[in-house]
Amino acid sequence: MRFQAASDQALLVYLGEEIGAATHERVVRLLRLLQREPIEWIRNIQPAYSSLLIAFDATAVDHTEVQAKITEYETRAEKIPAATARLVEVPVCYGGEFGPDLEEVAAQRGLQAEKVVELHIARTYHAYFLGFAPGFAYLGDLAEEIALPRLETPRKEVAAGSVGIAGRQTAVYPFATPGGWRLIGRTPLEMFRKDREPMGLIGIGDQVRFRPITRAEFLATRRA
Amino acid sequence: MNSLVVESAGLLTTVQDFGREGFGVLGVSASGAADAVALRLGNMLLENKAGTPALEMTLTGGTFLFPDGAVICLAGGNFGAQMDGKALELWRPHAILPGKRLVMGATRDFARCYLCVAGGIGVAEFLGSASTHLLSGLGGWEGRALRKGDALPIGKLEKNIRRRKLAAGVLEALRPKKTLRVTRGPQFDWFADEAPRTLAGSEFVVSEESNRMGLRLEGPRLAARGNAKMISEGTPLGAVQVTPSGQAIILFVEQQTTGGYPKIANVIGADLHCVGQLRPRDAIRFEEVSLAEARALWIERQRLLGSDERLFA
Repeated sequence: MRFQAASDQALLVYLGEEIGAATHERVVRLLRLLQREPIEWIRNIQPAYSSLLIAFDATAVDHTEVQAKITEYETRAEKIPAATARLVEVPVCYGGEFGPDLEEVAAQRGLQAEKVVELHIARTYHAYFLGFAPGFAYLGDLAEEIALPRLETPRKEVAAGSVGIAGRQTAVYPFATPGGWRLIGRTPLEMFRKDREPMGLIGIGDQVRFRPITRAEFLATRRA
Repeated sequence: MNSLVVESAGLLTTVQDFGREGFGVLGVSASGAADAVALRLGNMLLENKAGTPALEMTLTGGTFLFPDGAVICLAGGNFGAQMDGKALELWRPHAILPGKRLVMGATRDFARCYLCVAGGIGVAEFLGSASTHLLSGLGGWEGRALRKGDALPIGKLEKNIRRRKLAAGVLEALRPKKTLRVTRGPQFDWFADEAPRTLAGSEFVVSEESNRMGLRLEGPRLAARGNAKMISEGTPLGAVQVTPSGQAIILFVEQQTTGGYPKIANVIGADLHCVGQLRPRDAIRFEEVSLAEARALWIERQRLLGSDERLFA
């Protein structure tokens, strides 16, 4: 474990220096313990691949005190049972107007579009964390054969439900937002709803699979 | 229920309070007032709770009709507020008679002005806050900026308003500055040797492409050393992150909660309200302070804002 001051009111806690299941499990265990036994001066916790960003009330504690408390929690975190992961299935209509970058991804990787879809649906993904926008889950790891960098120029608006890929990651855009990931399909599901519990369809630590659907099925689900 | 009717909305007017901190696990950033100090003082002058929802206006204000009257206070930038052709002073309560309108214009100094109303603006809370989160269309008034024709519920007209006034020197002490104090960012060491000097010794200009998510800065490039590969991590409010092209971006209230660009510095808590008052084309500078200094400044700020004796005449 390594600590780094991030701001005058935030501390970064690194539980490893790489993207991987073992490190991420330590992130989730520490997060679960902090949720189970909340500390009153913690204002926010932002988990990521290998770290937790802890924002704290600087009138109550300083970085050294936060570090000491987190160290004590970490020694107990390994005894926390990892929460049973939910399996979330996301139906996706691939290509065409819903996946405007599918052909380009295929061309750049020397594959047929069908093969790109096949590789995308073949894996069960791990939800590392939510970031960027409410309900935006960073899912990994995407097959190396279809990994490509982000678009050089991000789109000003990506439709809600768009399924994108970037590097070894994939994600669903919950809202119409700007975005630089390559879009290969779209889901008719609402990824984040404030009138639902939990609000996000995907939570940290969940397992996610994608299932191909036709345009007709997409439209039928949308209407339902 | 009394109401406030939007006759013209201005450039970007949203409902804001102190925001919803604490939902990083859901990927939700706090949002909230860009200048939380102005919002707090405006509300306190009305004897509202400090974080009561108010309207945040950006660069150009709107025209608002009060069919049932209200007591209001304007806080932040001077947007040339008028009622019946008469100028309305900032930082003091004003009784608005039923049927009167408040007319705001373009800013004469700072980026944001808050229209606080005695009893507050009545909108439903999302995750414990009335703040609008524009990117996701959540919170506030229908999750969006106000439009002509919107009628928002407001608190009832209080008969006896105390003419509360700020104490001498308070506004001067809290006046938004163009030199932002920063502490070192978590990837400070990743930058080439001259980068800290460039950051501290140069002028940067706030780009037109700046908003509540972040302020893009134009200025000298801040080169990162080599091509160290960064793993995306949580991003604190006020982080100064640097893109591969060397451009600095200050992450702000509607920020993305995680990011993969190295962060060279972070605006200190006591200066975050200054960021909220920066206009496009404003020239700014950075000044490094230690974590201990930043903390001392924050504690003193919280003491001042928590003390009626020091704030009010």
